[in-house]
Amino acid sequence: MVRVGGPWTLATASELERALAGIAIPVEGTAEFDLSGLTALDTAGAFLLYRLIRRAEHQGLAHQLHGLSPEHEVLLERVTPPADRKSLSRDDVSPLRAMVERVGHATFEIAAEGRDLINFFGLTSVTLARVITRPARIRFIALSSHLEQVGLNALPIVGLLSFLIGVVLAYQGADQLRAFGAEIYSVNLLGVSVLREIGVLLTAILVAGRSGSAFTAEIGTMKVNEEVDAMKTLGLDVMEVLVIPRLLAVIIALPLLAFFGNIAAIAGGALMSVAALGLSLPQFFEQFRSAVTPGTFWVGFVKAPVFALLIGLVGCYEGLKVEGGAESVGRMTTKAVVESIFLVIIADAAFSILFSWLGL
Amino acid sequence: MTGAMTGAAPEPIIRVRGLVTRFGAQTVHDNLDFDVWRGEILALVGGSGTGKSVLLRTILGLKRPEGGRIEIFGKDPETLSPRERRGLQRRWGVLFQNGALFSSLTVAQNIRAPFREHTNLSQKLVGDLIRVKLQLVGLPQEAGAKYPSELSGGMKKRAALARALALDPEILFLDEPTAGLDPIAAAAFDNLIRDLQRSLKLTVVMVTHDLDTLAAITDRIAVLLDKRIMVGTMRELMELPHPWIRDYFHGPRGRAAFGGQG
Repeated sequence: MVRVGGPWTLATASELERALAGIAIPVEGTAEFDLSGLTALDTAGAFLLYRLIRRAEHQGLAHQLHGLSPEHEVLLERVTPPADRKSLSRDDVSPLRAMVERVGHATFEIAAEGRDLINFFGLTSVTLARVITRPARIRFIALSSHLEQVGLNALPIVGLLSFLIGVVLAYQGADQLRAFGAEIYSVNLLGVSVLREIGVLLTAILVAGRSGSAFTAEIGTMKVNEEVDAMKTLGLDVMEVLVIPRLLAVIIALPLLAFFGNIAAIAGGALMSVAALGLSLPQFFEQFRSAVTPGTFWVGFVKAPVFALLIGLVGCYEGLKVEGGAESVGRMTTKAVVESIFLVIIADAAFSILFSWLGL
Repeated sequence: MTGAMTGAAPEPIIRVRGLVTRFGAQTVHDNLDFDVWRGEILALVGGSGTGKSVLLRTILGLKRPEGGRIEIFGKDPETLSPRERRGLQRRWGVLFQNGALFSSLTVAQNIRAPFREHTNLSQKLVGDLIRVKLQLVGLPQEAGAKYPSELSGGMKKRAALARALALDPEILFLDEPTAGLDPIAAAAFDNLIRDLQRSLKLTVVMVTHDLDTLAAITDRIAVLLDKRIMVGTMRELMELPHPWIRDYFHGPRGRAAFGGQG
């Protein structure tokens, strides 16, 4: 005879479970449960009660319940779980195996991503060619709005950061070269590194973080809202409407921004040279002119449209790959930024190799 | 109608007095007074923009009212210490309109979340209780291992209901529980709620637009109209002369849903 009393609820479940584990079930006879003392029962309590009764059954005992109120009886019936217990988690694999699997998956995913990106580049090129031969198809309003967002609105941040990098470069260069009494050459260092590499690279990274991510988020949100599907059913070409204006905007804006960034960085370097090296401005520019040629500028500047293309492509591509909910927008945006910066730096390295091979 | 309160005097489990809510200059609720009784199913209805969801959010403490007081279990949540508030949150369950399941967790992990936060039961018992909850809401055990994005709309609602029921709450708040479900799934969900309400002795407060739900399972209805609230059984409300209420209950859809009772 088991006397069950008091509240059997979630609040007491922990205690009850421990107490029940200590109860020895007799080997034979009839298990009788007196439940008339039960003051409260919820699903947690009912489940423990069910488990107790099952234990008795398992021992091969017949059981009888006394004093169970009708409501409690309903509850007891409801908590009876299905006979077959199934795992509540994904199939349990060993962590090591899971890691190997993840690496494998990631490898294949990267390969697939690369292939898809090249496909997307092809599709974009075809669309671009079609649009350019019939310029009436270019969405000029969208284009100018994107130009404002990508280009004009980025001026302050690009200008400020380039200026500061210019300051830092001039100072660091002067500091090191002072040991050789060659501080003046920090102007050469500044000019060449800014014009060839840093100006355009820094601008590209800023634009990737600012605008590439915005492309993904905008297009991705439109996908989540089914706006992209609505466009397709209305016969609008998604590539023409969404991708081309953004891509053209970034290809036009990024070189301009890079040019502006170059000027800001050199201004920063000039300021620092005047302040820290004691050069006068005419001296600075005299030295600067002897250090760099228009070629130096062009070698850096020619990279800008290529970086812009990469940023625009990746931003739009990841946006169109959004599927499901808002969570996917966030994930793809992160991915777009990482991927476009990665590709920009790869491309920069490729340019370096190309230029050294060309002897520039 | 089946009055859940036959005999005994109704005990208010939620008491709202003089509630005022505003957004900027726009008043949404002006001086609302009403009670929710223990053990009943109360539906909140009203036209778009009358502040049904706002009222629900205010009761839940997600929006601060501009005036008046709300008592739940006889206490004003505003005056409670953080510790007492957590105690209060244990005693209610909320089903949001789109489920609001945590998308980075599986269904089982979603149901486990409140156990984690509020109890210290053994892992095994929690696992078993999760199975019980899944069964209560009519989901197969396999659903436990799935992510919300892998579930259909109806299954998401059921999973969210299982999470809301995790800690055996006394009050269940539902925001448009049948929105987005097909009529058959909606009817099944209504029955499920009625069933659970009876066997778990829940008090249910739900915002709904679904006239079938109103006819099938509610005990009383609260109508939000002109910034005020009117509460009564469906029969009482149907006799009121207000044009919106007449259109609502006696329009073609209303007639179809309440045909037997109108």
